Amino acid sequence: MARKVTASTKAGNTAVAWSIGLVISFPVLWTILMSFHSEGDAIRPPLAMLTSPWTFDSYGEVQTRSNYSLHFFNSVVISVGSTVLALIIAIPAAWAMAFVSGRRTKDLLMWMLSTKMMPAVGVLIPMYLGFKALGLLDTLTGLVMLMTLANLPLVVWMLYTYFKEIPGEILEASRMDGASLQSEIIHILTPMALPGIASTLLLNVILAWNEAFWTLQLTSSKAAPLTQFIASYSSPEGLFYAKLSAASTMAIAPILILGWFSQKQLVRGLTFGAVK
Amino acid sequence: MGQIVLKNVSKSFGATTIIANIDLVIEDGEFVVFVGPSGCGKSTLLRLIAGLEDTSGGTIKIDDRDVTGEAPAKRKLAMVFQSYALYPHMTVAKNIAFPLKMAGESQDVIDRKVKAAAATLNLTNYLERRPGQLSGGQRQRVAIGRAIVRQPTAFLFDEPLSNLDAALRGTMRLEISELHQQLKTTMIYVTHDQVEAMTMADKIVVLNAGNIEQVGSPMELYNKPRNLFVAAFIGSPKMNLIDGALASRHGAQTIGIRPEHIQVSKTAGDWKAAVGVAEHLGSDTFIHVQSDVGPLTVRADGELNVHHGDTIYLTPERSKLHRFDANQGAI
Repeated sequence: MARKVTASTKAGNTAVAWSIGLVISFPVLWTILMSFHSEGDAIRPPLAMLTSPWTFDSYGEVQTRSNYSLHFFNSVVISVGSTVLALIIAIPAAWAMAFVSGRRTKDLLMWMLSTKMMPAVGVLIPMYLGFKALGLLDTLTGLVMLMTLANLPLVVWMLYTYFKEIPGEILEASRMDGASLQSEIIHILTPMALPGIASTLLLNVILAWNEAFWTLQLTSSKAAPLTQFIASYSSPEGLFYAKLSAASTMAIAPILILGWFSQKQLVRGLTFGAVK
Repeated sequence: MGQIVLKNVSKSFGATTIIANIDLVIEDGEFVVFVGPSGCGKSTLLRLIAGLEDTSGGTIKIDDRDVTGEAPAKRKLAMVFQSYALYPHMTVAKNIAFPLKMAGESQDVIDRKVKAAAATLNLTNYLERRPGQLSGGQRQRVAIGRAIVRQPTAFLFDEPLSNLDAALRGTMRLEISELHQQLKTTMIYVTHDQVEAMTMADKIVVLNAGNIEQVGSPMELYNKPRNLFVAAFIGSPKMNLIDGALASRHGAQTIGIRPEHIQVSKTAGDWKAAVGVAEHLGSDTFIHVQSDVGPLTVRADGELNVHHGDTIYLTPERSKLHRFDANQGAI
């Protein structure tokens, strides 16, 4: 029998859900609100700030002081480039782990994933020196390589989970039909795992876009992405709240929009195989 | 051509032997059925022939060519799977066309062959549908279409009808047999359903625990089972097996008599029996009885008016008795 939900319960649940949602998104909303006020108004008490005049000045100033398009371009190259590279490496790897697994496959996967649990700062010095020695400091090539390797364990793990859901008989049928390994991956596996691949791609783009630790340590100007662009407005002296907020809003806007439009795909992909 | 020769073929997973040194010759154009209980190795044997599993020993030759180490794609075999294994993201036409595309055929040839296969299998009206929009029988036809379009050396069927309901299974059984008559191509068919084995096969291979128990035509297996296992496995309802004094009187450890080779009378006979369950099928009546010689199953032609608790008399046809020695071999 279906449970009866009264109108008051519904209203109560809605109010609680909205409150939780507001608390979670408060920092982002407040940043956006501050970005539309002058530096002086931005630090006033909340009510006073909200009633003060709204302005686009901070956005104008940020545009004149920094090269937003360069940072935006760098963010796109780093996040998309590293995601595409990671997928190219991870699809065959996940195929092998899912369909020709050995006794140690699970251990290998766990080991790969465990590298994500290591604090990045622990390898900062060797990484910095390595980048310096190879001439990769402040280069897009270096950052794309680093982001690819940093997120590869997660990409392999996610794809492995999706691939495990595909019946092995279908791949065997393609082999009987004359498909080579390459054809099997291109014509059968990839189209069948497309929802999973798409959500892996989206999640990886978001992770790489938001990555701040390595981008702040290993870039300064030429290859600096939007995280560096935000950080440049963080200063111990002077009033920069509104400009910092404007820069932050400009940096997170693209990924927020991408996330908003792809939320269905993301949820579908992340829950793929969870319900049978 | 489509002769397949297995010589000393074995397959082990670790210490577990699945197939033990099998020798088998499948002649060109034959319809061969591998039959046996679950876990007997029949599907593994088919997969070894297909190349989907590597052999642990022995050689597999197709038309005198050693294919033991070859990839499945190079063996020129086509396989129909139990789960159909259709490509869910492709239409019926694209599913059927896939092997041709992989073989590098031109689009004209692909279109022509797909249309011909669809016409043969009554799929012309479904070519633009996806597998998810088809019934079980139609999906199975698409799987067969994908197999026939390549004109393979031999077809391999791995329990292709076990997911279908009884009525559809009967229809598809006929369709596959008719297809074999039309194509005259070697077919190897795996099933645990002995009705399928008996009705479709030119030659049946009975497997048990990774060994071949007997190879022969359906009637050979039915009339002259080589051992107790084959005698008990082939035939429905199962052969009645009797041990003890009665068997000894016939110079055997065990004697067997098929349910249809026992005469039923309400007045007189060799063995007195009490009716347990009577299954009235219309064309036949299966009577499960408790007799002087133990529990038996009897098959009577047509409708026999007997019910639970009735007393009946049974007389076995002496010429149809099967005798087995202590090693379970036929005497």
